[in-house]
Amino acid sequence: MTYIRPQFRHPNLPTNELGFTRQHYEGALSTLCAGCGHDSVSAAIIEACFELAIEPHRVAKISGIGCSSKTPTYFLGNSHGFNSVHGRMPSVATGANLANREMIYVGVSGDGDTASIGLGQFAHATRRNLNMVYIVENNGCYGLTKGQDSATADVGSASKKGDPNPYEAIDLCALALQLGATYVARSFSGDKAQLVPLIKGALAHSGFAFIDVISPCVTFNDTPQSTKGYEFVREHMEATGKMDFVPVRKEITADYEPGYTQEVTLHDGSVIHLYKEGADSVRDRDAALRAVREHKRRGRILTGLLYVNPDSQELHHILGTVKTALRDLGEADLCPGSQALTNINNSFR
Amino acid sequence: MKTIKGVNDFVIRFANVNGTGSASANNMFAKAIFRMGIPVSPKNIFPSNIQGLPTWYEVRINDQGYTGRRGGVDAVVCMNPQSMAKDIRDLEAGGYCIYDNTKPLDLRMVRDDIHFIGLPLTEICRKEYTQARQRQLFKNVIYVGALAALLDIEFGVLKDLVGEQFKGKEKLIAPNIHALELGYQYAREHYKCPLGIRVERRNVVGDRILMEGNAALALGAIYGGATVAGWYPITPSTSVVEEFEKYCGRLRIDPGTGQKKFAIAQAEDELAAIGLAIGACWNGARAFTATSGPGLSLMSEFLGLAYFAEVPVVLFDIQRAGPSTGMPTRTQQSDVLAAAYASHGDTRHVLLFPATPKECFDMGALSFDLADRLQTPVIVLSDLDLGMNDNLSEPLQWDDSRQYDRGKVLSATQLDELSGRFGRYLDVDGDGICYRTYPGTHPAKGSFFTRGTSRDEYAVYTEDGDAYQRNMERLLGKWETAKSLVPAPELHPARKATSDGVLFFGTSTASTLEALDLLREENIHLDGLRIRAFPFSDAVLEFIDAHDRIFVIEQNRDGQLRKLLIGECDINPRKLQALTYYAGMPITARYIRDAIRSGMGGGQVVPMRRQTAGVKP
Repeated sequence: MTYIRPQFRHPNLPTNELGFTRQHYEGALSTLCAGCGHDSVSAAIIEACFELAIEPHRVAKISGIGCSSKTPTYFLGNSHGFNSVHGRMPSVATGANLANREMIYVGVSGDGDTASIGLGQFAHATRRNLNMVYIVENNGCYGLTKGQDSATADVGSASKKGDPNPYEAIDLCALALQLGATYVARSFSGDKAQLVPLIKGALAHSGFAFIDVISPCVTFNDTPQSTKGYEFVREHMEATGKMDFVPVRKEITADYEPGYTQEVTLHDGSVIHLYKEGADSVRDRDAALRAVREHKRRGRILTGLLYVNPDSQELHHILGTVKTALRDLGEADLCPGSQALTNINNSFR
Repeated sequence: MKTIKGVNDFVIRFANVNGTGSASANNMFAKAIFRMGIPVSPKNIFPSNIQGLPTWYEVRINDQGYTGRRGGVDAVVCMNPQSMAKDIRDLEAGGYCIYDNTKPLDLRMVRDDIHFIGLPLTEICRKEYTQARQRQLFKNVIYVGALAALLDIEFGVLKDLVGEQFKGKEKLIAPNIHALELGYQYAREHYKCPLGIRVERRNVVGDRILMEGNAALALGAIYGGATVAGWYPITPSTSVVEEFEKYCGRLRIDPGTGQKKFAIAQAEDELAAIGLAIGACWNGARAFTATSGPGLSLMSEFLGLAYFAEVPVVLFDIQRAGPSTGMPTRTQQSDVLAAAYASHGDTRHVLLFPATPKECFDMGALSFDLADRLQTPVIVLSDLDLGMNDNLSEPLQWDDSRQYDRGKVLSATQLDELSGRFGRYLDVDGDGICYRTYPGTHPAKGSFFTRGTSRDEYAVYTEDGDAYQRNMERLLGKWETAKSLVPAPELHPARKATSDGVLFFGTSTASTLEALDLLREENIHLDGLRIRAFPFSDAVLEFIDAHDRIFVIEQNRDGQLRKLLIGECDINPRKLQALTYYAGMPITARYIRDAIRSGMGGGQVVPMRRQTAGVKP
């Protein structure tokens, strides 16, 4: 673990379309434990934003409380961030989004933050189809308070403390599917090749994009008896199939592989190519739910893009708000003036 | 037998069963008197229920302009057998009991010191109408018609009101006017009209309006530029957001596209409701939520975050009787302390105390300027009495040249021109308020991390105790700045020099001012000061210093404003006498008069042991 980040960068670092290097997308130095899965997720977010050439200041990073919720400090240093209160990131994100529909909202949460204290807010942000990327860094335990089981810990899974968890686990992907999320994926912090395109797809998706990233806690829950440890996940994960994300501008030069079995065009014109086995469509919510359950029954972890509905209506569409960001409206748009008030007064006489 | 007599000066109470359609008939009654130019003050006393329980509507009519509750009832319209015995018992001697005499009156209810006026309402309805619901609804209209005859209400005014009420449903107008006439004729034929109490056209209402405070708050939010509302339904605050939605639907629709220049999200709970408002304010919009006591408790954690992270947000708390679920449809001013110090740690919040619908409108709009200027939560403490009753008020006014004060916000250009490093929590001009930036302002400058954890002047996380304390001290400096920005108190000097005073706020105002007039007639003089905001400005301290004995009038058990004054202004507790009333009905002028009178006589208004608990003589 280093405490001082070297400022030196190779002069010929690759740049994206905006002329930014990856460095432009980095944040402060992480203070998480060495080897923490969460740092890999931060790196994947940086990679996805860099490759998509997103202007960092157009992103708002919002989180709750916990190890995962600290991570927005460690990526996109040129974005505004809001580390709110425990379990309440979804409501803050909802308000932020309503204020300005023109930005990109990335929420980062943990399994305690989302599956326990914030379960209600998670459920309702999902129902609203809020246009945001919601990433859960899921390690099955409360890291910041030293390793208590969380609500996503599988039955029988044991952390460093040694006692097997006796309670049924909440499967956040299954829940998101039931609650109407319009982009649902699961991944593993150790699988950057899978995670980066999933995040890109989520960023391009219009609506509630949920990614449950199993992200091992090296300090408290990386035991051989844990189902959220590196070893178990590597051995038991199964992907729905490889995914390529093709941004709308890159159609011609993209380095995607031919031979995909499914293609989904997202709201902004970008395309997801899926190399899936089987006949189930990635747009079939029920099939996705069945697949998640079936894999769980077999002791496997199903990863990859589970479901997407590119035609859904996000919250602003449901509410019918103006295209301009509400926060940019001034007196002329917002204040009805004294003449209207005269009429209102008359209605109370 | 004594007979209460009076022109334009009496209290009439309607006792109904909720869910029977009495509200609109009763409203019509009050509005008719208002239209005759006579000040009127209706209070709806309703149960936490949709159908079947007792509900009352008490109307005070007073052409001297006293609109607070007076205390006592001069006439009662008994439409509810469940509450009839008590309704009759509560009537002043010499008063009038108007009841349905289709069946003979229970002899146990008969009093020989009041006037009984029977109207065979059930029988009239049975003859006139075939459907049960019609019989129920028109019964209310018939008694209003009878009251028109008994009290001399101009029948034409009632007819106009019916026409307005059923605009767009014209076929309902004639049957309603017919029902009014049925009652009017019956009363005329069977009783000497008018009674000893009656109304007479005056011209003392002027340009005043009759509206609910919640609607005025909603309009204040619209005029003040609020675009985002997060809320969770709770009586008595619900109509704030409902009215906001209603008026936004008329005033905030883009004419070209039909799209909305506002967003309302009904949240899953009060935590989410304020989280939503804070998120929107953080991102540069003006946003609010509305709630009542239980919601305030739930919002506490978020209020602490907004205080510490310095995010503006507006909260309208329409107080009701607590603690816990309390009496959810009764009024109180009992969230003062909970609102002032909501959340753990050292927190404090700006409070505004409106007393009329006009002030709801003014403070509703002002709260957004204050929140933006001070970068902190602003809580408007209204209550059920002000929020849900039609209150006589000066008309709402707006100055078209007024600009919103968005406070210290740096634009992209200003960020480019900035010479030093941008410090989100760096106090560059000494007023305790720092510059902020909205997310998405500049590609490379001005971004920062908002957090509820301690941080330094540059918004970088720190656990350095000195940096933490510097920040907490600066927040106190900001609090000092707030004192000069919040509305000043309103002085009501006595006509003779006196060393006695009263402090009051919000909906205790009208009754207090009337009580001061009543006391003056007994040659008891007190200066009055209406507090309009917390933090308390210097004028509040000066008033306390200038008087030897001060009654603090408020509608809660524990004398919360008094405690706040003692703690915040370092006042000798014995100097401030608590005058509290908290039974859930608005405080009355007579109660205040009697309490001050007995308090002046050396006795304590509130038992000594409660008054002086913890204070060594």
